[in-house]
Amino acid sequence: MSETNKVIEMKGITKQFGNFKANDNIHLDLNKGEIHALLGENGAGKSTLMNILSGLLEPTEGEIWVNGDKVNISSPDVANQLGIGMVHQHFMLVDKFTVTENIMLGKEKHRFGFMDQSSAEEDVQKLSDQYGLRVDPKARISNISVGMQQRAEILKTLYRGADILIFDEPTGVLTPQEIDELMDIMKALVNEGKSIILITHKLDEIKQVADRCTVIRRGKSIDTVDVASTSQQELADMMVGRSVSFKVDKKPSNPQGPVLEINKLTVKEARGYDAVKAIDLEVKAGEILGIAGVDGNGQSELIQAITGLTKVDSGTIKLDGKDITNKKPRKITETGLGHIPEDRQRYGLVLEMKLEENMSLQTYYQKPFSNHGFLNHKEIKEHAKRLIEEFDVRTPSEEHTAASLSGGNQQKAIIAREIYRDPILLIAAQPTRGLDVGAIEYIHKRLIEQRDNGKGVILMSYELDEVMNVSDRIAVMYDGNIIAVVNADETNEKELGLLMAGVSLDKAHEEVADAEGKEKDTVANTK
Amino acid sequence: MLTQSSNRLNNLLVPILSIILGFIFGALLMLVFGYNPILAYQAMLTGVFTSPYFFGEALRQATVLTFTGLGFAIAFKAGFFNIGIAGQVLVGWVSAIWVALAFPDLPRILLVTLSLLVGVIAGAVWAGMAGALRAYFGTNEVIVTIMLNYVALHVTNYLIRNVLSTGNTTERIGENASLRLDWLTTLTAGSRLNIGLFIAIVVVALYWVFMTQTTAGFEVRAVGLNPFASSYAGMSAARNIILSMVISGGLAGLGGAVHGLGTFGNIFTQSGLPNVGFDGIAVALLGLGNPIGIFFSAILFGILEVGAGFLPNQAGVPDEMASIVIAAIIFFVGANYLIRFFINKIQTNKQATEGGE
Repeated sequence: MSETNKVIEMKGITKQFGNFKANDNIHLDLNKGEIHALLGENGAGKSTLMNILSGLLEPTEGEIWVNGDKVNISSPDVANQLGIGMVHQHFMLVDKFTVTENIMLGKEKHRFGFMDQSSAEEDVQKLSDQYGLRVDPKARISNISVGMQQRAEILKTLYRGADILIFDEPTGVLTPQEIDELMDIMKALVNEGKSIILITHKLDEIKQVADRCTVIRRGKSIDTVDVASTSQQELADMMVGRSVSFKVDKKPSNPQGPVLEINKLTVKEARGYDAVKAIDLEVKAGEILGIAGVDGNGQSELIQAITGLTKVDSGTIKLDGKDITNKKPRKITETGLGHIPEDRQRYGLVLEMKLEENMSLQTYYQKPFSNHGFLNHKEIKEHAKRLIEEFDVRTPSEEHTAASLSGGNQQKAIIAREIYRDPILLIAAQPTRGLDVGAIEYIHKRLIEQRDNGKGVILMSYELDEVMNVSDRIAVMYDGNIIAVVNADETNEKELGLLMAGVSLDKAHEEVADAEGKEKDTVANTK
Repeated sequence: MLTQSSNRLNNLLVPILSIILGFIFGALLMLVFGYNPILAYQAMLTGVFTSPYFFGEALRQATVLTFTGLGFAIAFKAGFFNIGIAGQVLVGWVSAIWVALAFPDLPRILLVTLSLLVGVIAGAVWAGMAGALRAYFGTNEVIVTIMLNYVALHVTNYLIRNVLSTGNTTERIGENASLRLDWLTTLTAGSRLNIGLFIAIVVVALYWVFMTQTTAGFEVRAVGLNPFASSYAGMSAARNIILSMVISGGLAGLGGAVHGLGTFGNIFTQSGLPNVGFDGIAVALLGLGNPIGIFFSAILFGILEVGAGFLPNQAGVPDEMASIVIAAIIFFVGANYLIRFFINKIQTNKQATEGGE
């Protein structure tokens, strides 16, 4: 009991899945009242480690000590009793229930066998006030914002008496304002004596709230560092195991003739209104065209129309000079289109199928992968092995299902498959969402490589930084229109922000110029 | 969590444990009602295994169940619940008999092939209708195939009464249309076991080849697992829906044709839908959609169904008990999550003790 300050100690944790060590002799300790970040790439073993701590997995080797006692966390119930609570990345909430009902779930208050709704609501309100977790106890989950849903999820763990909270990638689904709010909540929680483990790969968040940070890489713990005295660059290098560059390194583009010509394209959305309104757009060989815009301004529909997944209402699309308007996806793919879909798990992969089968998902019917309708399993396997090797997809083997890969490696698998086909036009929709810096750097490099090889690339992203750093030209979409197309090195965040809000280019120019006049030099060109 | 090989072992362990648990459950129930379960199971097994006739009958039943089981399985792989297998069996049966009666003088090989083929086509068309409705109009295939079951039942009865005969039973088909083989009949002491068994074995192999070795099978699997990714990859959902339903119904129709040309040699008015249709669903579930698994579970069902006949006389147990055992097995297959949970628990415990050494 000498180390009373340590609420959790994980010593020499190893978790083996078959021949694969997801965790290899990991050490982690958490002090009382501390925010401890757990940093690692996608697939480094963070989730496995936390699943062990929350009782979902049992370690192959190693000891866990909670509040100075050695414990055996054999089930989530045991974790609960020890005061360990997990705030999941994908919320475990019942949509049709109210906030209070969700928080009570499994621990309902009752009187004479009836639910005691009003006293439960009071309890939730009290808890909510105590920690500054703003929620409406009576609201239905389906009617409240994602941020409030997350606060309900946090309250749920607090209501169950958690003193140690694990936040699993909590900011992925939040808006910038909600992220700031969450950071404040976490600080408030530790002030109230709680201890927090924050799983993340976002370095700025770690710098913002964490006290210490444990870095794990490929299942091993690399180091535990004091956050205040470590720079973001150092953290990133430690995580990836080499020097990472945040700056996207690229030569000026050398655009050639057009590969994609869109003329007066109108696309109707499922409910029948125009999602894309008679737009014209051109992508040249050897350039990256970024598509910027706030989510839901027609970007997804535009891409679905180009790829043949949605019907075109009017207008024409030409790929490499050939008309592909309303052609079948297979025909368009064969004409020379590669597509990294926005929703990678829904569209990009058949999760339950083997990785090797996923690697030939569009080409299985062609030689050499099949012959007269019969699959050539040997070629399919060798093709998959080649891609895994060349694109560094981390998986125990090509025979594992796509579902068994981490999110980042699933994305790498899709990118490998799409780029390897060497398409004339590559469409990358949100290619780096949820990925760590190492993977992001890699994906950007690949997109630029594709451009330098004289291919066309469309990069659709909601992240302004990404669009600005990687693209050569940027088309901004607003309300189904392309409101402006600007050169990436002649614009800046402010101008793009205004365009995304629907301000016309001339007006945006004026406003930016005004601002520049007032505060000279502060708004530098992003070159 | 699990390596590939131990996963495969578990896939085998789940149905085997389900069978054992089903038998245990049946035994407990018999004990509760004051019957002797050991005597009962003994009666079933000795009844089937010591008599060539009843063994032949069990295999004969297994033959038809293999076709209906495979039929259900392929639609299920593509993401559909073809509950209309029974109706497809019936249309296959009546069509095959019709052809056999219409051209009694064709050479045997030609007549048998033609009759079977027409049975396949009839089943395929029947299920294909539900597939096409689903593909082009988004109708629910469960409802449509249930409705088509009744249409099949009444149309068949109408044909028997008004077209194929004037009563409730058709004439028997001629020698030239029969699937029976003299040597098989002699070998099994006059059972109705027929060449359908060998056709079933060939179809099991073809099913495996189709699903794992062909591009069409690849598409069926992909569409069943993720229709969105399949359309992204350029596969046609509509095509695969119809294809899998057509094959599903074709296999059921083949089962019906074998039932007609091999088991009965005629067709008679039916009071309800044939059980082989619905039992095929159970066979497919127990076989976990694997063709070889389906073949073996069809044999098990054949033994249980034929063995049930021995319960009343040999053990004084009502023959419904066999149905209860079958139902219990299916229950445990359905509850396979529970079984997997215990297997995993046992395995981790074992690993823990081994690790400690």
